[in-house]
Amino acid sequence: MTVTYREALRLGLREALAADERVFLMGEDVGKYGGTYAVSKGMLEEFGPERVRDTPLSELAFVGAGVGAALGGMRPIVEVMTVNFSLLALDQIVNNAALLRHMSGGQVSVPLVIRTSSGAGRQLAAQHSHSFESWYAAIPGIKVVAAATIDDAHGMLGAALAEPDPVIVFEYPALFETKGELSAGKVDIAKARVRRPGRKVTLITYGASLPKALKAAEELDGEVVDLRVLRPLDTQTILESVRKTRRAVVIDESWRSVSLAAEVAARIMEQGFYDLDAPVARVCSEEVPMPYARHLEEAALPQPEKIVAAARAIGA
Amino acid sequence: MSAVPYPREKSIALLTDMLRIRRLEEKAAELYGAGKIRGFLHLYIGEEAVAAGCMPAIAAGDNVVATYREHGHALLRGVPMGAIMAEMYGKREGCSRGRGGSMHLFDAARRFYGGNAIVAGGLPLATGLALASLLKKESRVTVCFFGEGAVAEGAFHESMNLAQLWKLPVAFFCENNLYAMGTALARSESQTDLCIKAAAFGMATLKVDGMDVVATHDAATKACAHVRSGAGPMFVEFQTYRFRAHSMFDPDLYRDKKEIEEWKKRGPIHTFSARLKAQDHLSEAQFLDIDARVMREVDEAAALAEAGTWEPVEDLTRDVYTT
Ligand SMILES: Cc1ncc(C[n+]2csc(CCOP(=O)(O)OP(=O)(O)O)c2C)c(N)n1
Repeated sequence: MTVTYREALRLGLREALAADERVFLMGEDVGKYGGTYAVSKGMLEEFGPERVRDTPLSELAFVGAGVGAALGGMRPIVEVMTVNFSLLALDQIVNNAALLRHMSGGQVSVPLVIRTSSGAGRQLAAQHSHSFESWYAAIPGIKVVAAATIDDAHGMLGAALAEPDPVIVFEYPALFETKGELSAGKVDIAKARVRRPGRKVTLITYGASLPKALKAAEELDGEVVDLRVLRPLDTQTILESVRKTRRAVVIDESWRSVSLAAEVAARIMEQGFYDLDAPVARVCSEEVPMPYARHLEEAALPQPEKIVAAARAIGA
Repeated sequence: MSAVPYPREKSIALLTDMLRIRRLEEKAAELYGAGKIRGFLHLYIGEEAVAAGCMPAIAAGDNVVATYREHGHALLRGVPMGAIMAEMYGKREGCSRGRGGSMHLFDAARRFYGGNAIVAGGLPLATGLALASLLKKESRVTVCFFGEGAVAEGAFHESMNLAQLWKLPVAFFCENNLYAMGTALARSESQTDLCIKAAAFGMATLKVDGMDVVATHDAATKACAHVRSGAGPMFVEFQTYRFRAHSMFDPDLYRDKKEIEEWKKRGPIHTFSARLKAQDHLSEAQFLDIDARVMREVDEAAALAEAGTWEPVEDLTRDVYTT
């Protein structure tokens, strides 16, 4: 079946609500409005206001309420409109969701799923365009996944709900209109995937940068690794690819400093140094708040040409 | 229909201000359709009486903080229309150098501290600006505009408390247009009387008809005088309505079309014009003349934006730090 990324998300959400009575969805404009990105369109009508709950603009309270509801035996899916607004809920995500299991000496778990969207490219300027995946990937106690393909858009939510601990699922508005085949099988949220085999260089990325990396790879005979799971990282898949190509470029829409790209590069250094023929390179967002003007936004973001140039610079 | 209690000149200025916002935004919507303006664009059409009534009550030395729906506030604060339009284009001549776009209009010289696009994000900032005035013993008022959606955020409650506790010179102007994106007030608040929330902090409050520029102007004048006198902060609820969708991405399916039509009958521009005509302060010819002048200003602003320049990419990382 050919579907858009958006439809795949919607299918996954509907299946999750249908599969388990304990699952419910809450967030801003998820019900009557039909979802900011129309992902939850039709859900209110199908599942009713008990299970598809519109919330006030109270990110801290409703994300925290999701933590509590998870403690209380429910399986909440909390939608935070975009990752930018998740910063208002950061305290509940870090100080409660991520820590409760350990702080209680293992007595309680928080099976909470947070869905949120991330990424730039639509000229929404600095308060609506940043990628904070790496911040969340820095926190023990939560799992972080990024859906870059149709199958992951469809299946990651179900896989996240099967986890006993909090999972943040990142979705990418830049990919919402992309179309592809939806396969029938389930997806795991444990392993990275090679999305394109290649010989000359490994391009490691996640989320909205995946299509850019795939485009660059055509010119480079590159192998593209989609991280998928940002915490815990599947280091093995990365190292296997690097062992084969002997070169690596990490592409990450976050700011370069203290980014996921930095973590991936460090792991390659620690565990794959002798497999390398050249230093690991990075293509990240420029260290500037995202400007509104289109040409500046484009210049601030990773682009296929920059990836090709970075790979060429290390001899690929 | 009650008479407008102002001298003719003052009334004409208020009318002209509302028209300037309306025509600027209609042009912006058109240019958005043409792809000249991108990103988010939140129109204020229908709510003009609030900004138009408030701005003349705010002194040049006062501070203003606004939201992403701030074209009108910026314009009437004195930001040239061309600089606003150029900002929406993303040009260097824009009031934020093209870095901010429609949601982030700034003009520090006019003490306009921005378009903030995080709901309720402006309230703590306004509270702090007022704290600075208090500490520096300046008689400056800080006016903070925000939508009713913001009252659900912790930042609203925390700021209100702090402002009242410390008797800060800040006026909280809540533009209650009944909807936060697709969520009606009654579907998101257990207490829909917003003044009661403010009163819970011990704050002085006012509730006014936000479609009537006389009411908004009188309320803003009172509120600024109260705050300037050192009596502490004040909360004003302006009851208004947006005639357009939340943003250019909003299909606007959550409101009854009849409800929109009912509110349009109370449109701030035509009702005010009718009152002025009834008391012989305005003729149709004079109205058309004002409108034509405003349209010229809009066309000049668009031309300036069109002729504006793109900032060179080499300057991408400027203005991240001061030095
Ligand atoms: C913290 C935060 N949450 C969500 C959003 C997305 N959002 C932008 S505007 C808006 C509605 C706000 O409504 P209101 O405060 O009433 O102002 P209005 O848009 O009606 O002027 C929402 C939900 C945001 N910008 N910031």
